[in-house]
Amino acid sequence: MTNARWLLIVLALVTAIVAGVTAGTLPLTPSEVLHGLLGNAAPMHIAVVRELRLPRVLLAALVGAGLGAAGAALQGATRNVLAEPYLLGVSGGAAMGAVIAVALGARGPLVPLAGFAGALGAVALTLLVARAAGGRGDARIVLMAGVVVGAFANAAIMVALAGADASVVRGALWWMMGSAADASWMAVRGLALYVAVGIAILLVLARAIDVLALGEDTAAGMGVDVARVTLGVYVAGALLTAGTVAAAGLVGFVGLLVPHLVRMTGARTHRSIISGAALAGAALVVVADLMARVAHPPAELPLGAITALLGVPFFLAHLRRLT
Amino acid sequence: MIAFDAVTVRYPHREHAALENVSLEASRGQLTAVVGPNGSGKSTLVRALVGRVALDSGAIRIDNVSVVHTARRAMATRVAVVTQREEPAFPLAVRQYIALGRYPHVGLWRGYSPDDVAAVDAAIALTQTSSLAGRTITELSGGEWQRVRLARAIAQGGEAIVLDEPTTFLDVGHEMAVFELLSRLARDGRAVLLVSHQLNLVARFADRMILLHEGRVAAAGSPTEVMQGSILERVYDWPLVITRDPAIGAPTLVPLRARPRG
Repeated sequence: MTNARWLLIVLALVTAIVAGVTAGTLPLTPSEVLHGLLGNAAPMHIAVVRELRLPRVLLAALVGAGLGAAGAALQGATRNVLAEPYLLGVSGGAAMGAVIAVALGARGPLVPLAGFAGALGAVALTLLVARAAGGRGDARIVLMAGVVVGAFANAAIMVALAGADASVVRGALWWMMGSAADASWMAVRGLALYVAVGIAILLVLARAIDVLALGEDTAAGMGVDVARVTLGVYVAGALLTAGTVAAAGLVGFVGLLVPHLVRMTGARTHRSIISGAALAGAALVVVADLMARVAHPPAELPLGAITALLGVPFFLAHLRRLT
Repeated sequence: MIAFDAVTVRYPHREHAALENVSLEASRGQLTAVVGPNGSGKSTLVRALVGRVALDSGAIRIDNVSVVHTARRAMATRVAVVTQREEPAFPLAVRQYIALGRYPHVGLWRGYSPDDVAAVDAAIALTQTSSLAGRTITELSGGEWQRVRLARAIAQGGEAIVLDEPTTFLDVGHEMAVFELLSRLARDGRAVLLVSHQLNLVARFADRMILLHEGRVAAAGSPTEVMQGSILERVYDWPLVITRDPAIGAPTLVPLRARPRG
């Protein structure tokens, strides 16, 4: 990928972040934002910038970065252009783990950890179902297995919520449609840790993913430990998914859409595809969250609904190419 | 250099072993060819070598060291493998693809060293793929793709190269070009182990032939020793005669038409 294209992606992210912190029900100019950040503005401006806008924009950016990088790595390692956390059922598994943990009374860092366990369980289940149905090698079968596992996780969440009171159900429903509205600095810090670790693992594996994308037998002959690299990608993908799901719920299609956009800019090796997808994913989710906030004030739209509206046509176009 | 020593491989839920007690050797400076009908175990041989199927018994050794005791990466620096099928999921530039052959030599954060670049350049020159270097691998013809894959394996370095049906889908000219190149690699001192359906070409180029039948070695030796009508007729279950090719006198198989019934 050329420097000009990197610059383009970084510029898109910076623009998205600036738009994210300035626009809203209380529009601010960039200089007002800056003064709010530095603390020499009206107390309400300071509060809006420091406690509402900035953590929310950063949370959205981290969600996008995690999902974009996870999608890029999963697509490469599984040689499946439709692989991404949401469609593979990984997000559903993470949500199931997190909801069950919350229903059992867990709070704080235990929730994303339970999500991580759920995500890993979903990966294993998806691969088992795909194998039983005739092949991990067939992109369509893996996808169907992922959708089935996602539906199962959804059902499990409904069962777990059956006894909960109405306000909890409403909160959980909102969360299952994806939302960055609960952003706080604590959530940003927690997610930053997950995203940093997850992306670091993927960047270490990036060269092996380049080789693995040629096919498993070929990769083995070129010195790749296929089982270990595949496991590493799934674990890092589950980590990234669990972090984002715990912070912002189910946000689908980002992991599908963004790696393709980055490849279209000319990125070929997975080191640049994964880093590009992290940056572009961040930009995309910040913009999507901005749309969620300002499209229909004072009500908010679910973030996951907006990313789905963007992603579904794209998914259909690629599905046509598969069949 | 590469030695299969009484190798047995069984796939789950199959009655017969895919490979049974197979021993063979591919030495430096020689083109060794494994032939046999469909399902005779040829591809299993290659998959066992790269560790994709487990051995039931026996051992595969590279210079007397068992491959199960060798790290995949270390092994890849010594033996390059061109598998039967390879369908890249994403486009790469041809040169990027060939450079991936250097994967086992390259450290985690280091870029390609001058040695790596030299190996890639040499592989491109040897396979005459420089005219393709600007294209992406998804837009190559069948013949070009096979040459580029060969270039990737040569760039990988090492003293041995293993190929599973490298001339499938190639026309006569491209097929001959691949065999000439393999023959040259063997003359330059590498151990070349070739799995092929092309009995007649193999008989012209190979130093040694191994004929597999139902997972066992049915015959092994020089092309003249293996290309015997009585053996091949039984193994391929088809009437045939062996003649000599008019150019260099290598044994040549001519399958006969099925005899009319009744």
